[in-house]
Amino acid sequence: MSVEAREARQPWILLAPAISAVTLLLLVPLIFIVVYSFWLRTATGADQVGFYLDNWQEALTDRFYRDILFSTLRIAAITTVVCALMGYPAAYFIARSRGNKVILLLLLMLPFWISYIIRTMSWINILGVSGALNTLLMSVGIIGEPINMLYNETTVILGLVHFLLPFMVLNVFVSLDGIDTNLEDAANSLGATKWQSFIQVTLPLSLPGLAAGGLLCFVLGAGTYITPLVLGGPRDAMFANLVFEAIITQLNWPLGSALSLMLLVVLGALVMIYNRYLGMAQLMKGLG
Amino acid sequence: MSTVILDKIVKRFGTFTAVHPTNLEIPEGTFLTLLGPSGCGKTTNLRMIAGLLDPTEGEIRIGGKSVNNVPIHKRNLGIVFQNYALFPHKSVADNVAFGLKYRNIPSSEIPGRVQKALDLVQLPDVGDRYPKALSGGQQQRIALARAIVIEPDVLLLDEPLSALDANLREDMRVELKRIQDQIGVTTVFVTHDQSEALAMSDQIVVMSAGRVEQVGTPEEVYNRPASEFVANFLGASNIIEGKCTGKDAETAALDVPVFGKVPVPADKAPHVSEGAAKLVLRAEKLLLMPQGADTTGMVTSEAVVETVDYQGQTVRYFIRAGDRQFQAINMIDGHPFAEGTTVTVGFRPIDCAGLPG
Repeated sequence: MSVEAREARQPWILLAPAISAVTLLLLVPLIFIVVYSFWLRTATGADQVGFYLDNWQEALTDRFYRDILFSTLRIAAITTVVCALMGYPAAYFIARSRGNKVILLLLLMLPFWISYIIRTMSWINILGVSGALNTLLMSVGIIGEPINMLYNETTVILGLVHFLLPFMVLNVFVSLDGIDTNLEDAANSLGATKWQSFIQVTLPLSLPGLAAGGLLCFVLGAGTYITPLVLGGPRDAMFANLVFEAIITQLNWPLGSALSLMLLVVLGALVMIYNRYLGMAQLMKGLG
Repeated sequence: MSTVILDKIVKRFGTFTAVHPTNLEIPEGTFLTLLGPSGCGKTTNLRMIAGLLDPTEGEIRIGGKSVNNVPIHKRNLGIVFQNYALFPHKSVADNVAFGLKYRNIPSSEIPGRVQKALDLVQLPDVGDRYPKALSGGQQQRIALARAIVIEPDVLLLDEPLSALDANLREDMRVELKRIQDQIGVTTVFVTHDQSEALAMSDQIVVMSAGRVEQVGTPEEVYNRPASEFVANFLGASNIIEGKCTGKDAETAALDVPVFGKVPVPADKAPHVSEGAAKLVLRAEKLLLMPQGADTTGMVTSEAVVETVDYQGQTVRYFIRAGDRQFQAINMIDGHPFAEGTTVTVGFRPIDCAGLPG
């Protein structure tokens, strides 16, 4: 075999394990889900194989689903904005600190060593009726009776921010860290104040990182079901909870499939828009 | 355009002193170079003038006013950075216009001034392009245009040529000097490259380990080095330890091994007094000649060629005379002397300088 032929084959050999894994574990199940979504669950509880549009009709026309889809997107959007507002200054601080960047980044990654579910549930110990915050407020005498702070949309957003903030910080950090500090000095020397040079130079140059972090926060936030399950009330269900409900509780796989594909299409469209304007490369940088 | 004065400036980083007490006056319109090896404090001085660093002690005055408490954006300086530091998300014209937006200039005048600056750096047609689309040399010209369009009081150049290719560097050197002459702005240029310093400067400040070694015109620092460091940093020198046997208004009589008595002009040995002294003999002043050549007016010795480093127009010889090795850089016409040849080496005493021992 010639050198050229061997070199031409090499990428495929190296890619084979990853491609097989993606095909077997992602693509094939996805095809199953698509097929399922056209089956029909009969009154007896059995699935009727065939090509029925009933699930799709229900998913797309029932106001209940549409409302929850919108509220899911709203919660994800609020979470993303909060993450951006909190994460940007933190990322800026890390990127501009000398020497101890590694330690600060390590501290940022520390929460990932604890299970996401545990981290989410820890808020119950903090905000619960007999939690840390209520105990503190009562002992100081600010309140007489414990306040019910948990199980509403705010705590869901709080949990999501807690979960997603590091993704935002990392992405913005990577972007900021790549900006030559001489650019700000140059802007200052030309007459711009620190704030003006931030707005004119640093902020625009870090927008790709902010967008990448925003996309990650939004997609992960919109697809979550554990946070609303643990920290939300009965009316705070998000779209993924509906899928969970349909598939696990009602064992209605065809409807659950149609619902999950709906969310996939909406979030997929967002990713496509992002890719169209900013490209995936920036996202990969942030994840690396 | 303004005079810049550093008055007893000191800069410490923690326990490390980057700049020892330094006094310096940069007259209006002067092209002054801070020259020295990396870590000598030249960039620290530049950054203090710029306002990017605060001096630990002392005062910096620009145009007669102390600027210690004036933030960088109010100092009206033009800075050109080694890596150009152009804003990658702005077009060339917007880069050049950047500083004008923070000055009280009617927006109708801005395009005209930008164009004038681009004309001055001989890149009149690139306003719509983005920095990435330009070559390194072009980017550096734009950086210069951006710095001078604001009509700064002082132009600060932080090793602006060292990121460029050798050929381009020499072109830019001439170009930079032409532009500086044309606008007449007080300029502080930082470099570790002695040939850049010699070619461009009105005044050179040679620095070493946070201290000023010598201040003078290019000819002064080259021909009358004030210290061994200066003699070695600007070109190659042979430093021969000997003694001074007498000094009058005309000459300082130095006595050194190998060559014997050398009457050095007194003005080139200002700090030498009777006793230990050193002779500074530039490598290009030490000539190799065939044995028996006419050596009138020269101090000479027999020597053997040890190493020949052929460089085309010039050749660098390492020769041995007595128990010492000397370096000589000679222009050549034809063939260099072969290794192992016995030659006569000689120099004129008036080309030498003397240092205290």
